Amino acid sequence: MRKHSIIRWTGVAMAAALATSLAACAPSGSAEDVTGATADEIAAALQEESSITVWGWAPQLEPIVEAFEEKYPKIDVKLENVGTGNDHYTKLQNAIKAGTGAPDVAQVEYYALPQFALSGAFADLTGFGAGELEDQFTPSTWGSVSLNDGIYALPQDSGPMAMFYREDVFTNLGLEIPTTWDEYIAAGKAIHAANPDAYITNDVGDAGFTTSMIWQAGGNPYVVDGTTDVTVDFADEGSTKWADTWNQLVQEDLVAPISSWSDEWYQGLTDGSIATLVIGAWMPGNLESGVPDAAGTWRVAPMPTYEEGVAAAAENGGGGDAVLEQSENKLVAYGFLEFLNGEEGAAIHAANGGFPSTVADLESDEFLNYESDYFGGQKINEVLVQAAKDVVPGWSYLPFQTYANSIYGDTVGQAYASKSDLNEGLAAWQEATVKYGVEQGFTVNGE
Amino acid sequence: MTTTSIVTARRGPFMRRGGARWTGWLFLAPFMIVFLLVLVAPVVYSIYLSLFREQLIGGTSFVGLENYALALGDPKFWDSLGRVVIFLLVQVPIMLVIALAASLAIDSARLHLSSFFRIAIFLPYAVPAVVATLMWGFMYGTRFGLFGNITDAFGLDLPAPLSSNWVLASIGNIVTWEFVGYNMLIFYAALRVIPTDLYEAASLDGAGAFRTVWSIKIPAIRGAIVIAAIFSVIGSFQLFNEPNILKTLAPNAISTYFTPNMYAYNLSFSGQQFNYSAAIAIIMGLITVVIAYVVQLSGSRKVGRA
Amino acid sequence: MPRGGRLAPAGTGPTTRKSVWLTIIMALLAGYALLPLFWLVVNSTKTQRDLFSTFGLWFSGDFALWDNIVQTLTYDDGVFLRWFGNTLLYVVVGAGGATFLATLGGYALAKFDFPGKRAVFAVVLGAVAVPGAALAVPTFLMFSQMGLTNTPWSIILPSLISPFGLFLVWAFAVDAVPTEILEAARIDGAGEFRTFFTISARLLAPGFVTVLLFTIVATWNNYFLPLIMLSESTWYPLTVGLNAWNAQAATAGGEAIYNLVITGSLLTIVPIIVAFLFLQRYWQSGLAAGSVKQ
Repeated sequence: MRKHSIIRWTGVAMAAALATSLAACAPSGSAEDVTGATADEIAAALQEESSITVWGWAPQLEPIVEAFEEKYPKIDVKLENVGTGNDHYTKLQNAIKAGTGAPDVAQVEYYALPQFALSGAFADLTGFGAGELEDQFTPSTWGSVSLNDGIYALPQDSGPMAMFYREDVFTNLGLEIPTTWDEYIAAGKAIHAANPDAYITNDVGDAGFTTSMIWQAGGNPYVVDGTTDVTVDFADEGSTKWADTWNQLVQEDLVAPISSWSDEWYQGLTDGSIATLVIGAWMPGNLESGVPDAAGTWRVAPMPTYEEGVAAAAENGGGGDAVLEQSENKLVAYGFLEFLNGEEGAAIHAANGGFPSTVADLESDEFLNYESDYFGGQKINEVLVQAAKDVVPGWSYLPFQTYANSIYGDTVGQAYASKSDLNEGLAAWQEATVKYGVEQGFTVNGE
Repeated sequence: MTTTSIVTARRGPFMRRGGARWTGWLFLAPFMIVFLLVLVAPVVYSIYLSLFREQLIGGTSFVGLENYALALGDPKFWDSLGRVVIFLLVQVPIMLVIALAASLAIDSARLHLSSFFRIAIFLPYAVPAVVATLMWGFMYGTRFGLFGNITDAFGLDLPAPLSSNWVLASIGNIVTWEFVGYNMLIFYAALRVIPTDLYEAASLDGAGAFRTVWSIKIPAIRGAIVIAAIFSVIGSFQLFNEPNILKTLAPNAISTYFTPNMYAYNLSFSGQQFNYSAAIAIIMGLITVVIAYVVQLSGSRKVGRA
Repeated sequence: MPRGGRLAPAGTGPTTRKSVWLTIIMALLAGYALLPLFWLVVNSTKTQRDLFSTFGLWFSGDFALWDNIVQTLTYDDGVFLRWFGNTLLYVVVGAGGATFLATLGGYALAKFDFPGKRAVFAVVLGAVAVPGAALAVPTFLMFSQMGLTNTPWSIILPSLISPFGLFLVWAFAVDAVPTEILEAARIDGAGEFRTFFTISARLLAPGFVTVLLFTIVATWNNYFLPLIMLSESTWYPLTVGLNAWNAQAATAGGEAIYNLVITGSLLTIVPIIVAFLFLQRYWQSGLAAGSVKQ
């Protein structure tokens, strides 16, 4: 019996020793602590042999990297797609926690940016002269990357919301294109009455959609003051306005209970049983490649509003690129960022189906006059660029938005599932979000 | 302690001469070394982690067993545990009985095309989870999917497979689909090594087919059945892939704490609550070991009776 | 003698009667198993265009299977083949190694008495019982400190452990390798390892093959671990690569390539079928195990 326990203890002791030695290697800051550089220093760094790693999933990154390497042949850019959205953030978070293995540059969506920026994982770009670039970008995207007196990313694309709709469905039923949410609900009733398998849109509840819709309604449920003071309030006027409106659609079964990007969703978009999508301006490319059979039937219009004639829009999706604090080649990383998100990169981005965040591209005649065959020859960018200008200012996300979004289904989603009051769902979301914030050491108002 | 009773029931190990009593370790050592590195060390590290609390604001502090106390009073944890217990009690027996019946049928040599059945039933196990979800997501679709087509064709009004009340059963179906063939093969392979002399004795006794199955085949593969049961129990307690992937199709019916493993995963990946997540993982490990041990014990008790 | 049958089927006499009813019941079970796969086959013959506009469970539109296969193999400079090669590497080293380690270990547990043997069962079961997804972060942090992340080793090392295989071989070896044979070999003066490789290994074949099949499939379909450990697509296995393709359509400006995801999935399953067909003949060697005993 004594020998048995010796074996057992050797094993446990070995493992324990291993674990403690690991625990001792706590994540530490990386080598050189560069917080800024002049334009000349950056330009010089770009002419020296070095390499950087970039993590991102946007399909436009590849041609941009190629163009960059052509312009700066001494720089080797390793582009890696480590996953889309959450998978990407998980890997980023793990590498940051491990203190090693993070890339020099990472793609980041606007909603996830505060989390990485305020925790010190991303470098403040102010010292590199990023502040001078403000005029190049739309106010709403610039607002998304400037946090707490710093600039933590450069905007790449944007997703001003618009209403994509099936012209054939509306024409066949003799319906007007809705311009207000009241008209939208009425159209929803007409569509569903004419064909019980058809719906004005699909919605099973989605955190990104909900926050964008509240944004459009003028709500401001998240207020961040400094890095630790947070307010969450889903009882404000905008949030309630959206929830009251959307309650009618959900409770009267006017929205198809189909998840976006699913098999059924594509079929619905193809056969017209999902008649509209209120979504970001990046959608046309996805429609063209994912729903090719419906070519010619889709159109785009400004998203409906609460008050007739008062244009209002919000951002839905979109993001930029950031330099990591862990990077040991920040000058080159920033130089790449300026190329990627500046004039040259933006042009390639737009040519490859992205919706730009740069003012020059949005206002170029070529862009505005583009007639999309898929949209029956409509000049879709006129509508979408106007939407970018109509984005309601003043929105912000939480410094722990990815967590908040992850528990959306547990709270607001339950109200969707039971067709009960969405206001109560939002209240539950608020409560769970506040609880987490407090646990994590934030000062949270909103209990 | 009868931890090895699965295998010591019959034909136990032969006794070794004194000097060679460590020979067994030479055979076992390669496995155990890698095992310590890739499984035991992370578990030990998790135990270490579970004694701390790290906040986004405020850093790390030692909290002793506080995370464990928190978990035991966490309704979400109990909710998730209750769900996998129901799953375990319903799905595992159904799956194992089907698998056992199928393996006996194939082994009986009374089937036409038996090698076709063997591979056909096993194939689902070979399908990557991402693809399995794509396929079942289509099958479960109420509007355009197969399910929708069937209910429409027969004018039925069945509840949606991915609605809150039915999603657990739908997951049970996917898991059964994936693992029936897997368990069937375990049983089948075990049936293949039953010594033929046992059958000869039985046929001399004039035993019928059912009696042969009941009193020779099943007892002879009891070791395999117990192992399959233990691993199915562990699999149920660790249910993760299927609900996690289906969540994209049924975001409201599958919560972030649908199963204990999903809860632990979401705590650490979405919430960065690594410490609390580690505590939940360790508690689940303890519960699983106890249940698996009970299964093993009841499996070997039947040995005594037989 | 029926094809694939064996010498002494269970108490049914020398000539086995085939049962139609049993076959029908099994056919239903096989139908259940194959229906979703049928969907996969049907849809891999469709173009991206027909995928969402035609009924999913029957062929229609253009028959595009060959086109899809060519596209899958050549898309993005043939990255699919690269992933295929990686997967093959992980399977050969990972599954092969896992089966070997499990067979050695399981054999030791079944046929030798040694100090600490009882603890092995408890420790192995205990470590397996802790949910893996929750261990992902600790494992990642450890591997990261050891410099293993983003290398093939981060995938291969964990794949080398198959506790299930260990237990399965353990249970098999008790019956499959008669103690008398080992004693006879020892009296002849054969070393333990020589006995293992010349006699025992052959007797363990059905168990070994079963474990090999399971570890092959498990490594082939390994998804979660590579997803966490790898950040360079050059080391991706097929599963992670296919998932990246699948996610591509839900990206702004991303090109929907569901037809390639589906065809790629079908191609991913094919080698498993081949492995199965190849390995299954070793189950017949159960015959050999039986005959040795007589």
